[in-house]
Amino acid sequence: MPKTGVLIETENGGVKAINYGLLTAAMGNKENEVIAFITQNDAAEAKDDLAAYGVSKVVQLKVGSGDINSSPDLCARALAAAVEEFELDHIAGLATAPGRDIFGRLGAILDVPLVSDIQSIDYGAETAVKSHFSGKTMATVKLEGSPVVFTVRPNAVDPVENPVDAETAEFNADVADGPKVTVKEVKASQQDKMELTEAPVIITGGRPIGAPDNYKMLDECAEVLGAAVGASRASVDAGFAPHSMQVGQTGKTVSPNLYIACGVSGAVQHFAGMKTSKVIVAINNDKDAPIFEKCDYGIIGDMFEVVPVLTEVLKASEEK
Amino acid sequence: MQVYVCAKHVPDTAANIKIKGENDYDTTGLKFVVNPYDEYGLEEAVRLVEKAGKGEVVIVTVGPAQAANTMRSALAMGAARGILVKSDDKFLDSRTAARALKAAIEKDGSPDMIFTGKTSVDTEGSQTPYRVAREFDFPVANEISALEIQDGKATAEREIGGGAREVLEMSTPCVIGATKGLNEPRYPKFPDIMKAKKKEIKEFELADLGIDAPASDGAPVKLEPVPERSGAKIMQGGSVRESVEELVKTLKDSKVL
Repeated sequence: MPKTGVLIETENGGVKAINYGLLTAAMGNKENEVIAFITQNDAAEAKDDLAAYGVSKVVQLKVGSGDINSSPDLCARALAAAVEEFELDHIAGLATAPGRDIFGRLGAILDVPLVSDIQSIDYGAETAVKSHFSGKTMATVKLEGSPVVFTVRPNAVDPVENPVDAETAEFNADVADGPKVTVKEVKASQQDKMELTEAPVIITGGRPIGAPDNYKMLDECAEVLGAAVGASRASVDAGFAPHSMQVGQTGKTVSPNLYIACGVSGAVQHFAGMKTSKVIVAINNDKDAPIFEKCDYGIIGDMFEVVPVLTEVLKASEEK
Repeated sequence: MQVYVCAKHVPDTAANIKIKGENDYDTTGLKFVVNPYDEYGLEEAVRLVEKAGKGEVVIVTVGPAQAANTMRSALAMGAARGILVKSDDKFLDSRTAARALKAAIEKDGSPDMIFTGKTSVDTEGSQTPYRVAREFDFPVANEISALEIQDGKATAEREIGGGAREVLEMSTPCVIGATKGLNEPRYPKFPDIMKAKKKEIKEFELADLGIDAPASDGAPVKLEPVPERSGAKIMQGGSVRESVEELVKTLKDSKVL
């Protein structure tokens, strides 16, 4: 049975929910043995959560000297060593900020192709599907190299439970030199915000939001929805929101179950960043806004009237 | 201060991509530009040399002969000259591209810094910075939105999610993959555009640099348009509340909420 290694992302002592779709992609049609690598948490504590999604071995990944979490370089080198130690046929991670950085380094170290940000994979056909031209086209690309290295777009693959028995192990990678790059500091966000690319629901405000403070209205709705709050490029360029909130061509690419666009006209560049959302809802007071041509559900109305009512109705329906 | 900027010739992000055959696209009449993320790297490079008061910025591109036109706009933004490594492969694999970039740079001079963009907007591979760094055995930081270089040390910031930022430290020379936020690329003025027409662009073939063409074709098996939705079902209702209630019910019925 081919072996697929997966780098797990953790947060506040637990396995992040977005890993489960990655594990489902890693397992394929139950055709691969999945080995999970964990660097931040205790492998034993994560074991049961990971075994529920088909992981048969959870490996605590360490480096001989130094802290593996102090440098993306060290982590990539340790993974490269793990590929050899565990004879992996595939090695996969999430296309998140840390995942993109570690797997970019890993592809270069192993000197094999890296297929980034895939949305689905077919081990039989040895192909994966990913975006080309900023979401305008989908490309079916060949999986080449030994091992096959890829990252999976968060939320793109629906997680499927597949409980198995798992064991734990430890692997101390021998990485001779010190890291070339070190993390000197992590500056926390001013507000404790959910990361857009990982959120299952997103509510976005366009330029008509008019002022940074008005995003509070969306924050309130987001809280009820368990959503992250996004912004359009026009709103970011007008100084109403930071670039970290921007969805679209020069911002973030997202794939949530539900995307609610408020006061967004629907430019091609915005759609490039969110068209793979499962359901798109538009709220706009211009009935001729292009976004209504390209979404699933629409409400014609001023977002300053519609959003507070939406928050209220959602709250009421939750209390029922 | 000898600074190299790896810039890719890519279709304009506003352009429609017309698919040709199973796995190709039509470039007839298609507008090409400098990859937008590479422009942030270029702007940073130009500022660095301006600040140092000496040195030059050299643009390096791997692409078709027409890429020379795209390189002119990078030259208008302040680069001194360009190097074009010619390849007609629209989907040239990033390993070959990185080797070609390394060979072209090495043939030209000794880099104090190398800049590029975090990803290209055509194939979205997001790995060239890492591969170029590996070829040179330099440190690399990607998706960088703030940078300071002093006394042989680079301090770079990247967003790691939810607005949190990571501060990375490395020695120079290093490779920086730029993203939006690093700077505001300048808009070339007419005299800059005229001057750029006279700047030198050296051309090489892959073979001139001792680079073998890739063993396998990097083109996708299939290229297809992402289907557009057919149009919204508009929530009807006499009042805002009725429309919202209908929406919430619809989303709940279809298990989206």
